[in-house]
Amino acid sequence: MIKTLWQKFGVVVLAMLVPALAWAADKAKWNLQEPHTEVARQMYDLHTVVLIICLVIFVGVFGMMFYSMLKHRKSVGHKASQFHENTTVEVIWTVVPFFILIGMAWPATQTVLSMRDASSPDLTIKVTGYQWKWGYEYLKGEGDLAGLADGVQIYSTLSTPRDQIYGKAPKGEHYLLEVDNPLVVPVGKKVRVLITANDVLHAWWVPAFGVKQDAVPGFIRDSWFKVDKPGTFRGQCAELCGKEHGFMPIVVIALEQKEFADWAAKNKVPVAAAAPAAAAPK
Amino acid sequence: MSAVIGHDHDHAHGHDHHPSGLMRWVKTTNHKDIGTMYLWFSFVMFLVGGFMAMVIRAELFVPGLQVVNPEVFNQMTTLHGLIMVFGAIMPAFVGFANWLIPMQIGAPDMAFPRMNNWSFWLLPPAATLLVLSLFVPGGAPGVGWTLYAPLSIQQGMGMDLTIFAVHILGMSSIMGSINIVTTVLNLRAPGMTLMKMPLFVWTWLITAYLLIAVMPVLAGAVTMVLTDRHFGTHFFNAAGGGDPVLFQHIFWFFGHPEVYIIAIPAFGVVSQVIPAFSRKPLFGYTSMVYAVASIAILSFLVWAHHMYTAGLPTTAQLYYMYATMLIAVPTGVKVFNWVATMWKGSLTFETPMLFALGFLFLFTLGGFTGLVLSVTPVDIQLHDTYYVVAHFHYVMVAGALFSAFAGVYFWLPKWTGNMYNETLGKWHFWLSFIFFNMIFFVQHFLGLAGMPRRIPDYSPQFTDFNMISSIGAFGFGLSQLLFLYIVLKTIRSGEKSPEKPWEGADSLEWTHLPTPAPYHTFETPPVVK
Repeated sequence: MIKTLWQKFGVVVLAMLVPALAWAADKAKWNLQEPHTEVARQMYDLHTVVLIICLVIFVGVFGMMFYSMLKHRKSVGHKASQFHENTTVEVIWTVVPFFILIGMAWPATQTVLSMRDASSPDLTIKVTGYQWKWGYEYLKGEGDLAGLADGVQIYSTLSTPRDQIYGKAPKGEHYLLEVDNPLVVPVGKKVRVLITANDVLHAWWVPAFGVKQDAVPGFIRDSWFKVDKPGTFRGQCAELCGKEHGFMPIVVIALEQKEFADWAAKNKVPVAAAAPAAAAPK
Repeated sequence: MSAVIGHDHDHAHGHDHHPSGLMRWVKTTNHKDIGTMYLWFSFVMFLVGGFMAMVIRAELFVPGLQVVNPEVFNQMTTLHGLIMVFGAIMPAFVGFANWLIPMQIGAPDMAFPRMNNWSFWLLPPAATLLVLSLFVPGGAPGVGWTLYAPLSIQQGMGMDLTIFAVHILGMSSIMGSINIVTTVLNLRAPGMTLMKMPLFVWTWLITAYLLIAVMPVLAGAVTMVLTDRHFGTHFFNAAGGGDPVLFQHIFWFFGHPEVYIIAIPAFGVVSQVIPAFSRKPLFGYTSMVYAVASIAILSFLVWAHHMYTAGLPTTAQLYYMYATMLIAVPTGVKVFNWVATMWKGSLTFETPMLFALGFLFLFTLGGFTGLVLSVTPVDIQLHDTYYVVAHFHYVMVAGALFSAFAGVYFWLPKWTGNMYNETLGKWHFWLSFIFFNMIFFVQHFLGLAGMPRRIPDYSPQFTDFNMISSIGAFGFGLSQLLFLYIVLKTIRSGEKSPEKPWEGADSLEWTHLPTPAPYHTFETPPVVK
C-alpha cells in the first residue's frame, strides 16, 4: 500500500517518467534524419562536429560569465576593478577562433566538392516542380543504366485525403508525406537529378539523401545521390511556392537493381501514355 | 534683410509656445518628441506583428487546417516578417537614436529637425498600406518577407501596396540615416572626439551608413518586381532573358546588411548597459569599435549564404562559406569584451541588466547556430527549415528586442523622470526569457528533424514540439502586455526617479543633464574633457 505523501509523489513521478523517457529516447526527434547516402552521412557528421565545438566554447564563455555573476556581485561586497584593456588576451581571442574556423572549413570543403560532383551518373532523372506537384522523367542517359527506363514519366501528387487535413477523418501514418506515384530509383547507383520548375521556385528536398536543390523556372540545376539500402524515403518542397506549398511532398522508393529493372520494364511505355500508367509497387 | 532677421528673432521668442495637443506631435521638430513617437509607433507595430504571430502559432498548434486557410497563413507569415523588421525593430532603435544621440554627444537636437519630423511621419502611411493590403482583392502577398520572384509576380494588388510601402519605409530610413550621420559628424560638443563617443553613438553611425548603402538596393529590387508585374519587363522571367535568382542576389545584398542594421544598434545599447551595472568601464572600447566596423564591412560580402540551395557555382558556395565563418571572429570579440567587462566588476541585476544578460546569453546562442548554418553542407539540410526560424529569432528577438527592452528600462527614468516598478520589470524579464526559449528552442529540433518553414500544416511526428512552441508564443505575447502596463504606470504614477538612478552610468545624458531631461538640452554645448 502507498503510505506517505512522498511515496505517492514518487509513484506519480515514475509514472510520468516512463513515457517521458520513451519520448525523449526517440532519437529521430532531436537530430538530423538518419542519412542514407555518403554525402548525407558527411553532412550529419559535420553538424555533430560543429555543434560540439560550439558547445565547448559556449560552456567556456558562459562559465566565465556565470562565475562572474556569482562572485563579482555587489551584494557579496565585490569592489569593481577599473581595468579596461589587455592586449594579450585581445590578440588571443581574435586569433584562436580563426584557427578553429579553419579546422571546421577543411572537412566542409571536402563535402562541398563531393556533393557538387554530379559527373558520370548511372541514371539521370529530370525533376520538375509544378504548382503543386512534382514531375519526374527518366532521361536517355549514357551511364550503366542507360536505356533501362528511358522516357518513363511520373507525376507525383499528394495522396492524403482532404478529410484528414480538415479533421473529418483520423490522420494516417504518413499524413502529408505520401504521394500517389512515388519516384523509383535503384540502390547503389549514382542517380543524377536535373531539377527545374514550371512556374515559380520550388525546392526538391530528401533529407535522408542530403539533397536540397531549388527548382528555378527556366534553368536546370543538378544534384545527385547514391542510396545505400532499399527503402522508402520522404521529403517535402522546401521553397515557398504558393498556397499548397505545404502539400507537395516527395516520396522516393529505392529498389534493388534487379527489382528496379523489372519496374522500369513494366513502366517503359510510349511517352504519351506514360503518366497515368506509372504506378509504383507499394 | 532686416525683415528676415526680425522674423528669426520672433521665432526665437516664440520657442516655448509650441503647439499643444495633437498638433504638437504632428508639427514637432524636437528630437525627444520624435524619439517618443518612434518608440510608441514601434510598440504598436510590435503588437500588430505579434498578433499575426499568434495566428501562425494557433494554426500550427496541432496538425491539420483549423484556424486559417493556407492563403491567409502565407499572408500572416509575410506581414509578420515585414511589420516586425520594418515597423517594430528598426523604428524602435531609430527612436533610441533620436532620444540619445544628441544628449550623448552634447548636441541641442538632430542636424535636420524638419527632415526628422518627415522621416517619422512617413512611417504611419507605410504601415497603413501594409495592413490595408490584407483587405484588397487577393489579400496581402503570401510570399514571405523576402518577396521572392517569380511568386511575388503572381500576387494580387496587395503586392503593389507592399512595394509602395517598402519604398516609403526606405525613404524614411534613408532620411533618418542622413540625419544621424550629419548629427554625429558635425554636432559633437567641443572635446567629444570620435573615440570618446559612447559606443551606442558609434554603433548608430555605422548602422546609418549601412542603411544609406542598402535601402536603395531594396527599392531597386521591389521596383523591378513592380515593372515585371505591370510594365512588361522580364528581369526575373527566364522566358524573357531574365533570371529569378537575380532577385535573390539583389534582395540579399540588401538583406544581409539589414540583419546587422537591426543587430548593431542592439550591440550599442548593451554596451551602455553592461558597464553601468558592472560599475566598470567597457572592456576593449577600441576593439569594440573596430569589431562593429568589420562586421558592417563583412556584411556586404556574405549575402549568398542565404542562397546555398539556389544552385550557385561550387567556388561561390565555398567563398561564401569562408567569408561567413569570418564574421564569427569580430562577433566573438564583442562577446568576449562584454564578459570581460563584467569580470571583476561590482555587479547588480536590475531589469536593464537582466535583459542585457538575456541578450548576451541568447544572442550568442543564435550566433552559434549561425555558425552551424554557415557550413554549406550542413545548411543544405537546414535551409528553409524551422532551424533557420529558430536561429534568426534568437538573433532578432532575444538579440534586438531584448536589448531594446534593456534600453527602455535603462533610460525610462531619464525620459520620464519616474522610476519603473522593479518587481514588475523582473517579472517581465523572466516571463519573456522563459517563454521565448519555449517558443524557439524546440524549433531547432523541428528543423533538424525536417520540418520546412512557411507551411500551414505538418506531419504528426512534429506535433509535440509545435505544441510547446505555440504555448510559449501565447505566453510571450501576453507577457508583453505586462510591459505596456509597466511603462504606462511609470509615466502616470511612477515613483520619482533619483537624479542618477544608475551608479555606474557615465555618458553625458546621466552626468551633465537633470532627470527628467528638459525639453531642450545642451543649447550651450558642454565641454568634454
